[in-house]
Amino acid sequence: MLVEIDNLSIAFPTPTGLSHAVRGVSLRIGAQKLGIVGESGSGKSLTARSLLRLLPESAKLTADRLTFDGIDILRANERTMRDIRGKRAGLILQDPKYALNPVMTAGDQIAEAWRAHKKGSRREAMQKAVDLLDQVRIRDPARVARAYPHELSGGMGQRVMIAMMLAPDPEMLIADEPTSALDATVQADILRLIEDLVSRRGMALVLISHDLPLVSHFCDDVVVMYAGRIVERLRAADLSRAEHPYTRGLLNCLPALSRPQPSLPVMVRDPAWLA
Amino acid sequence: MIDVENLSVRFRDIEAVKSVSFRVPHGGSLGIVGESGSGKSTILRALAGLNADWTGRMAVDGVPLVPRRDRAFFRRVQMVFQDPYGSLHPRQTVDQALSEPLAVHGIPDGEARVRRALDEVALPGTIRFRYPHQLSGGQRQRVAIARALMTEPEVLLLDEPTSALDVSVQAEILNLLADLQRRRDLTSIMVSHNLAVVAHLCPTIAVMQLGEIVEMLSTDDLRAGRTTHPHTTALRALSVELQES
Repeated sequence: MLVEIDNLSIAFPTPTGLSHAVRGVSLRIGAQKLGIVGESGSGKSLTARSLLRLLPESAKLTADRLTFDGIDILRANERTMRDIRGKRAGLILQDPKYALNPVMTAGDQIAEAWRAHKKGSRREAMQKAVDLLDQVRIRDPARVARAYPHELSGGMGQRVMIAMMLAPDPEMLIADEPTSALDATVQADILRLIEDLVSRRGMALVLISHDLPLVSHFCDDVVVMYAGRIVERLRAADLSRAEHPYTRGLLNCLPALSRPQPSLPVMVRDPAWLA
Repeated sequence: MIDVENLSVRFRDIEAVKSVSFRVPHGGSLGIVGESGSGKSTILRALAGLNADWTGRMAVDGVPLVPRRDRAFFRRVQMVFQDPYGSLHPRQTVDQALSEPLAVHGIPDGEARVRRALDEVALPGTIRFRYPHQLSGGQRQRVAIARALMTEPEVLLLDEPTSALDVSVQAEILNLLADLQRRRDLTSIMVSHNLAVVAHLCPTIAVMQLGEIVEMLSTDDLRAGRTTHPHTTALRALSVELQES
């Protein structure tokens, strides 16, 4: 499985002309753990969502090439896209409070995801849902399967969403800020869980986040996006050797326990980064 | 400046804050860290007068606090919330948001004060008549901070003031807060789940778990790893492991 993106651009019409949100992004994603890092508005989520063609209707998408395992996403019909969305590439969203259906039990939602792609009986789907909840290390899976989203903590809700995405056995997992709404300790647990599942199932992972050190901790490769472009690509292990001033700025402006400083370095944005 | 003794807050059968005591000296700043549900924001809200249902003893500058506060209290104690988009009125311009506390407290000289406030939080005068949705997240949080400072409070309560912001904007806001604290001689309490953020601003840190303060330590001790409670040790280890590679 290989995702190829060549010269991807995404723009939105505004009263004053097109606003370019993603500009000329090229990427190859194989069976690896890739982190896409950037701040609000850098285009990181749009880039990842374009793989599933899940963009706002007004978005103008162009690319020299945009393929998922050889399938041309730019020209694929909706039926083909449905075979990719969920089934071959799962999308984990930021906040389980909004992403889960509030009037369906956790088990029903996971079972629905399984049945939609695997075709089986209701009873089989429910068994599978409990089994998946067990795989995402929920202690009492049968009880949680009967629970509604509001009865679950943020961490549990996120595990439910991961279970739902794993149901069709996808080859790729796209996690869009999967832990930003969670506490630090829960955050680490969820990322370790994702990492473990991804390596055990041999899936590709695209982890989108604004947290550069965190992403580097869990990914093999990192691309840093700024104003719709990739400004730096590096191996996660080489983070300390990042060269682009924006990447360096992202790292330096974080307060750290081990280095007290009277004031934090502030990012000075060079207009040349936009060029 | 702030004295809290045996503060407890209950929500029906749940004791969210269990007999918590601490003091913050004049001009000092205390950081409270803990996970969701540990009770850290509940303490702040009880202190700010946003929740009248508490027991124990609280005092600001020697004046005991009663469940229902008078106007003078709100002039002296102000709060900044996590999400400026939620805490600013969507149909009020920056100018209106900053003028309102002046009108409420009958503070004269509005025009000059609004201009000075924008200046103090490093916002350009051009944003004065904009609405919150026309501002960036960092600008909105600067407006929220400016609004809290309009009444010239002595105490500033900060509830996760940078958690909703990008890291580069977080750095700017943290610098601004540190600067204001020095310049205005403010006494402050800052609540956050991010240990490094709290350590950056506060010389003393209270660690909360399940409604109790399990450890109170100096930031120097925290940085050096001189922690005594396992929860503090775990939080510190995680912060060091994940954020410093």
